[in-house]
Amino acid sequence: MNKKCGRQTVRIDNVKIKTAAAIVGEKEGQGPLAQYFDIVLPNNEWNEKTWEKTESKMQREAIRLAVQKARLSLADMDRIFSGDLLNQCIGAGFGLRDLEIPFYGIYGACSTMIEGISLASMLIDGGFAQRAAAATSSHFCTAERQYRTPLEYGGQRTPNSQWTVTGAAAAVLETDAEPGDIAVTHLTAGKIVDMGIKDANNMGGAMAPAAYDTIKAHFSELNMKPSDYDMIITGDLGKVGSEILTELLAQDGIDISPNYKDCGCLIYDPEEQDVHAGASGCGCIGTVLCGYFLDKMRKGEIKKLLAVGTGALLSPTSSLQGESVPGIAHAVSLEVKTGGEKQ
Amino acid sequence: MKLTNQEYQEYLNKKSPDSTLLKDLLWAFVVGGLICVIGQAIFDIYKNAVGLSDDMARTAVSVTMVFIGAFLTGINVYGKLAKHAGGGTLVPITGFANAIVSPAMEFKKEGLVLGLASKMFVIAGPVLVYGITASVVVGVIYFIMSFFGGGGI
Repeated sequence: MNKKCGRQTVRIDNVKIKTAAAIVGEKEGQGPLAQYFDIVLPNNEWNEKTWEKTESKMQREAIRLAVQKARLSLADMDRIFSGDLLNQCIGAGFGLRDLEIPFYGIYGACSTMIEGISLASMLIDGGFAQRAAAATSSHFCTAERQYRTPLEYGGQRTPNSQWTVTGAAAAVLETDAEPGDIAVTHLTAGKIVDMGIKDANNMGGAMAPAAYDTIKAHFSELNMKPSDYDMIITGDLGKVGSEILTELLAQDGIDISPNYKDCGCLIYDPEEQDVHAGASGCGCIGTVLCGYFLDKMRKGEIKKLLAVGTGALLSPTSSLQGESVPGIAHAVSLEVKTGGEKQ
Repeated sequence: MKLTNQEYQEYLNKKSPDSTLLKDLLWAFVVGGLICVIGQAIFDIYKNAVGLSDDMARTAVSVTMVFIGAFLTGINVYGKLAKHAGGGTLVPITGFANAIVSPAMEFKKEGLVLGLASKMFVIAGPVLVYGITASVVVGVIYFIMSFFGGGGI
């Protein structure tokens, strides 16, 4: 039973995403995808004293909600993989401390949701767990104060800059995918790719080569082409990064343009919401996948989806020390299981 | 991908939108100029209506402008204005007030000592360090020049 399809890609035989939940902030709740999110926060604080507490609460409530939708209790969850952007991943550490679920903390910057789904899928398919959850969060206010300047500081954002999503997402994965379920079929783990971009305000541009590398490996190792998917999504490349990705792949004869979307270009209205190059943050692909795209799959509008989470593995310290921005991208392919193939 | 790091950097630069230079400059000029006009008006009031000496009036204007900058930061107006005005709100003394007050507000949650007081200078600190250093250097040069008749003290 060899599940290795190539150096980076593995096959998953029998895992489904049972349920998912997405919680977003006020600004995301005014965006075009508002109706797909389970909870829209009334304000940035959500009755907490600090934004870090708010972010932890969002992560916790997203997990609770996903588990509740699955008609399970927290005690049914064998494992949870979670992480966020805060130093030492305190969003997860503090958010999940009361849940009493065996916990692996992970960090993949904004690719964390896809990393979590990947690890949970392998754990379940390997027979080590029956159910596992993946979760992540990001908050505009916690990210700004950690990576950039205080909120009230009068600075100007560059045209390439992206807006960190206030959002948390959780998915419950389970063994035994039945017809109609959203099955996880393949995972492609990304390599760290660094093209020497030093502008921390141009993360889409810094991450695009990593997404290119992972998507290329995915198609070549599985001998597939973009048209085998109904939809290919990336996390938060934004306007600049997603254009670059499309062009880089096109140079190698891989044309993703007909069915490609970037979550960073979907969650906000680019004309009305003044987010410059689009959205970013762990919560970006987290909420857009768990809220919007999984809903489209459940409704049968999308049957096969390739979700590529993209992360910039920088820190404020590395940027100050003049380091470039290393990028990472992990891919998960999802498919609505059809009747005849029941296992 | 056959691009080298340098080729990719050039390619990325071409793909990335540029700042709207003319618009940014206009905004900075108008708002920055307005702040200075307000400062001058306050100076005239202090001098003519209140009757302060030039030196006293100048100091009082600085104090008043810092207060206005701090106040507008506190009620979340200065940051919004600065989003458009850029250098126009950064360069005048009101921008300095914003640079001190905004981290003070932000880091209050980490406590009054290690949060508010310590992080207060996180943006303005370098301005103080190099501003004071430069003024000392200029002062020393001025002092030395005074021996050669280069400007009396």
